[in-house]
Order: sequence, then C-alpha cells, then structure tokens
Amino acid sequence: MEAIVDALFLSRIQFAVTTMFHILFPALTIGLSFYLVVVEFLWVKTNRETYYRMYRFWAKIFAINFGVGVVSGVVLEFEFGTNFSRFSQMVSNVFSPLLAFEVLTAFFLEAGFLGIMLFGWEKVSRKTHFLATCLVALGTILSAFWILAANSWMQTPVGYHRLSGKFMVADFSTVIFNPSLPIRVSHTIVASFETSAFVVAGISAYFLLNRKHIDFSRRSLAAALVMAGLFAPLQIFLGDASGRQVFHHQPVKLAAIEAHWETNTTAGAPFFVIAFPEMTEERNFYEFAIPNGLSLLVTHSFNGRVPGLKIFPREDRPNVLIVFWTFRLMVAIGFILFFVMVWAALLWRKGRLFDHRPFLQTLLIVHPLGFLATELGWMTTEVGRQPWLVYNLMRTAEGVSPIPAGNVIWSLGLFLIIFPAIGAVYFFYILKTLRRGVDLLSPIPPIQRPIGMRPLKDERKGDSVMG
Amino acid sequence: MDLIVIWACLVALSIILYVVLDGFSLGVALLLPSARDEDERDLLISSVAPVWDANQTWLVFGAGAIFVAFPVVYGVLFSALYIPLLTFVLGLIFRGVTFEFRANATRKQSWNSAFFLGSLLAVMAQGLTLGGFLSGTKVMDGQFAGDSFDWLNPFSAMVGIALIAGYILLGSTYLIIKTTGPMQERAYGQAFWSAIVVLGFQILVTIWTPIHYPTVLTNWLSSPRIYFIWLFPVLGLGAFYRLIKSLKSHRETLPFLCSVVLFLAGYLGLIASVYPYAIPPGITFQQTAAQRETLRFTLWGVIIVLPVVLGYVIYSYSVFRGKVGKERFYH
Repeated sequence: MEAIVDALFLSRIQFAVTTMFHILFPALTIGLSFYLVVVEFLWVKTNRETYYRMYRFWAKIFAINFGVGVVSGVVLEFEFGTNFSRFSQMVSNVFSPLLAFEVLTAFFLEAGFLGIMLFGWEKVSRKTHFLATCLVALGTILSAFWILAANSWMQTPVGYHRLSGKFMVADFSTVIFNPSLPIRVSHTIVASFETSAFVVAGISAYFLLNRKHIDFSRRSLAAALVMAGLFAPLQIFLGDASGRQVFHHQPVKLAAIEAHWETNTTAGAPFFVIAFPEMTEERNFYEFAIPNGLSLLVTHSFNGRVPGLKIFPREDRPNVLIVFWTFRLMVAIGFILFFVMVWAALLWRKGRLFDHRPFLQTLLIVHPLGFLATELGWMTTEVGRQPWLVYNLMRTAEGVSPIPAGNVIWSLGLFLIIFPAIGAVYFFYILKTLRRGVDLLSPIPPIQRPIGMRPLKDERKGDSVMG
Repeated sequence: MDLIVIWACLVALSIILYVVLDGFSLGVALLLPSARDEDERDLLISSVAPVWDANQTWLVFGAGAIFVAFPVVYGVLFSALYIPLLTFVLGLIFRGVTFEFRANATRKQSWNSAFFLGSLLAVMAQGLTLGGFLSGTKVMDGQFAGDSFDWLNPFSAMVGIALIAGYILLGSTYLIIKTTGPMQERAYGQAFWSAIVVLGFQILVTIWTPIHYPTVLTNWLSSPRIYFIWLFPVLGLGAFYRLIKSLKSHRETLPFLCSVVLFLAGYLGLIASVYPYAIPPGITFQQTAAQRETLRFTLWGVIIVLPVVLGYVIYSYSVFRGKVGKERFYH
C-alpha cells in the first residue's frame, strides 16, 4: 500500500499517462503529414481539383490532431524537471542536447510552417505552400528522430564516462547513433506511416460504404493503400530486426517479453504463443508453445542459445506479465494489418478494390488498430526497460525529484481528468468533421488556382455536400 | 567570450522572446471578454492563430536551453516550482487546444471561456513562477530541499497580477497593429489604461523588491552596479512616455514597440538585480553549468540552426502581416 502514496510510483504513473496520451497524436501527425505531401504534390503536378479537396479535408484532421499533440508534448519536457530532477541532473550532459536539438530543428520548423500550411492559402503561391507542407513533414520526422535518440540512449547507453556518478559526454555522435537508434527510429516512424495509412483508408472506406464523395474517396483510399502496402510488410521485417536488437543489447528484456525462464542448453528455446507468467514462482501457468520458435526468431538458428530470466537477478527483471502480453498483442495487430493488405492486393488484381463491401467494412473496423499497436509497442519497450532509467546504470528509483507525493497526487489527478476529457472532445470533433463530409464547393483561392483548370463537374453532381 | 556566459545570454534571450511573443498572444486572449460579438472574437483569435505555436516554442526552447546549460537550475527550480509550472502548462493546454476545437464547434461559448481562462491561468502561474524564483529556493547537496508552497507569498501573488496587466498591454498594442475601426479604437483605450497600471506595478516592484529582499538592495548599491542600475528605470520611463504619446497620436506600430521596450527595461533591471545568481539567494549560474563539451557541442548546433529558425519565423510573420481579415479560407 505504501507504494501508492509514493512520489516515485506516482511520478512514474504520471509520466506514463502523459506519454501514452501524447504518443497517440504524433502517431498520426508523422504519417499524415507525409500523406499530405504526396497529395499536394499530385495537386501541383496534375492540377486535378480532387487532390486539392483531398488536401483540405485531410489537413483538417491533421490540424485538430496537431494542436493536441503540441500541448501534450510540452508537458513532457517539463516533467523531466518537475518529476525526475535527479535523473535530469545526472544525465543532462548527455541527454539534454538531444532534446534541445529537437526543439531547434523540429519544433520551430513545424510551428513556423504550420501557420502557412493551414492559414496561408490566400497568402502564398502553390509552390510555397507545397514547400511549407514538406517542411512540416520534415519537422515531424526530425522530432521523432531526436526524441527517439534520447530514448534509445536510455535503453542502450554508450559514448559516456562517469565522473562522481554524473554522466559525462565522451563522444556525441556515439551518443546519438547509439546501437538501438536505427531500428527504433525506423520501427516507430513506419508505425506512424502505417497507422495513418489505415486511418485514411478506414475513413475513405466509410465514405465509399455510404456512397459519398466517390472520386475523392477512391483516390484517398488508393493513396492510403499504396502507403499501407509498402509499410505493413516492411513493419513486420523491422519488428523482427527490433527483436534481435533487443536480444543482443537487452537480453533480460527479451527473456521477459518471451516469458523465457530457463536458459536452453541442449535444445532450441520454444516460442510461447500463450502463457501466463508468474514472477514469484518463476514459471508460466498454461503454455502453448511452438518448439524451437524463439531460437529461430532471435538467433535465426534452430537450437540457438537464449539466456533465460533465471540467470538474471530478480531485482533486474521487468514485469514479465505486462511485456509478454503487450508484445504479443502488438505483433498480432501487425499481422492483421499485413493480411488485410494481402487481401487488398488480391482484390486489386481483380479490379474490385473500391466496391467489395466486406473489404471496405474490414478497413473501417481495423482502422484504429495502429494506435493500439503503437501504445502496446511503447509499453513493451518502456516497461521492458525497467527497473532502469539508464539501462544497467541508473535505476528508476534513483531519478525521482525530491518532492512530496502530494504534489504528484494533485497533478496526476488533474491530468487523469483533463487528458480523457480532451481526448473525448478531440474524438467528438473528428467525428463531426467526418459527418460534415468533404467540402467540394468552396472556391479555390485565386492564388492557388492554376490557369485553365477545369472544374469538377462529375464530382459535384454525384455528391451531397453538407456544410 | 566564456561559454557559460554565452549560454546564460541564450537562456535570457529565449525567455524574453517567449515573454514578448507569447505575451501578446496571451494578452489577446485576456482581452477576449471585451469583444462585442462572435465576429469580433473570431478576429481576435485569428490575429494570433497562425503564430501562437511558434511563439510558444520559445518557451520549450528556453526550458531546453536551461536543461542543457544549467542542469542544476533545471532540476532544482522545476522541483521547487512544481505546482506553478504545471499549472502554467495546464493553462497552455487549454489555450492551445482551443484554436482547432473552437474552429470546429457550432457553439463557441465554452471554447471562448477555455481560451480566456486557460490563458489567465497560464499568465498568473507564470507570474507566480517568477515571483517564486525571486523569493529564493532552499537547496541542499545540489537538490531542492524546501516545501511545496515556498513560492507562494504576497510578493509572488503581486507579480502574478502585474503580469496580467503587462500582457494586456502587449496584447492590446498588438491588436492596434492588426485591427481597424471600433476594435482598434478600443485597443487604444485598453493599451492606455493597461500602460498606466503596468507603470504602477513596475514602480511597486522596484520599491518592494529591495524591501523584501535586502540582498537586492546591497546589490544595487555596490560597485559597479550602482553606476548603471538606474539606467533601467530611466529606460522604462522613457518607453512609457513615448508609449502614451504614440497612443495619443494614434500611431499603429510604435505603441507595440514601446511596450516591448518597457518590458525589456523591467527584464534587464531584474537580471541586473539578480546577477550572478541562477538560483537565488545563494547559487550562481557559474556553479550550475554543464560540462564544457556539452555546452560547446550544443552551441554549435545553435549557431548553425538558430539564424535559420529566426529567418523563417520572421518570414512566417511577414506572410501574415497587415490587418487581420475574416479568414474566408480558414481550413
């Protein structure tokens, strides 16, 4: 019971709540900004009005999403100091420049050009507007890069030396390009691309099912499916690479994710599809296993040796039950989305991609799964990092601020009210935007209208436009 | 020049940029109740909608710069000022989500309130943070060693209220630039009255600070500070005089610039009073600095990137220069 009123425990919960709320928004922002780059490129290239309408519609979703992402992200930067000040002071030499570079190269870029992207239609030329979209997209990628560089360093710390406990920089490029960075950055950015592609696909499918905005929805869906078709298979490959990376650098974490207790000496380690790990008894209740599966996965050999949890001290193990299941659910979603894309490929060959209702209904059902997978993946990597803040070097308990628990009860209580409320309102306005449908009638600002552009007659006839 | 001094200047620069830039955005929000109807409220909010995010980013940069260069300050002050800082961020959340949520709402009333109250909360919390910082922080072994409410006292409360007047001044002089007709007329009046109140508060702070914190008075009277410390009140008075004159003669850009100088005078005076302490009363900024390699490496990044940032932020302002109109092509 004492743990509940402990500033450390509460600060951890608060940071987890803030991160998990925040991550939902960049998960869509990064991929959707890339989607908008593609759409606006098509608009500038082909002058086809549908692409302009597509941009305006998806930019609305983007804007609502971006606003919440920005403000929830600011909270995080403050929480390093307010809740984990000992950690901040201990690692700042190594860690803080990565955050500073995120602000410098990413936040300003996004903020500086977002205004033009959303409000600049009457003020700048088409090319300038397109450039603004590209720079915002670049900003989102850079932001992901820097913050994940910081997180990766906490997972696989290198390029430092210790001076009376403090982390001092030995070499910055080693710090930035630490061992887990490449795979973490690509896995996370591809997750965002995949999530966004399925969101766009799901909404477009919804319009098609209701026979609304046919040309608009077909083109939106086609672009989204191309994106999903590229990234869904790639993500499975990256996920595999990510697992092997964890195996090499954080073997305890891998053993926990797999609920693998005993080191296999003679035969291959099995992969548990289902298990209920019990940490005090150091065993699993009810196991359903694929023989040699784990050895095959992480060592790419039939009998490869995988260190089991029991060879690591109890106090160095993360919560096995949580990471075992978050990981499996994430992987399951990855495969579901992959198989949806296999189905899409088959339908495409038959030319029935846009009118096969069961497929469109499936797209609508699976479209939020990317968010869920992102959360589950984040939980796996962060819970799996425990009990360390800086892996194998600094424990989470050593990093908390010297503040009374009352402070954190107050702020955590507020966040627990405000984040769900904002989330609900966000969801409400997204739904409202969808109900309103696509605006196909507002005049295109003169400065954006290419010379001799033909109006969209067929589109207007076929669609009911609500305002 | 010394690396640590350069970083101290960078931190100081980003803080004043934040105060002035987000100051006018927050100030415009504080003036929302004075708008007559929904159209006027639309205009007020549109006047800051394209730039608020960039303005707010200076805060994140300032916090990041403190984290990089003065980690002890970051750790100690953020723990000490836990409640006002998170209240501040909470206010910014409400302010920030309003732009998009309100644009999508059919009934805008509740978002008008969120915009106003969120900004008010953010401004007061900023003032309390500043007041709390000046009131001094108890530190032991490089860690915060005080209580949760050490920042709360009559002085910090006064700073919180003073800042409301200050931001209203920035907001109203900004609106003079961005609006026309009756709205602009009203902004002239608001600027005039808030300027008087701001001057009153600046005099109050100038008298109260040395009484409340005798060390500040010793600072002022010691050489070499005694030779230039009086410059800041003089600069402030000069700015105030020009401000009132420019308001009377209905100049459009000058009042905002004078308000900025008025803020700058107060800010520089404050720095000159506190220098060289980063955590009053006892810890200097030299004592709290980070490793030299970190300072050098990150400074290179700043030198390369910050001019580019300033360039495109100024470009972005120039795209949206001139009077704010009803945005027909609002997304």
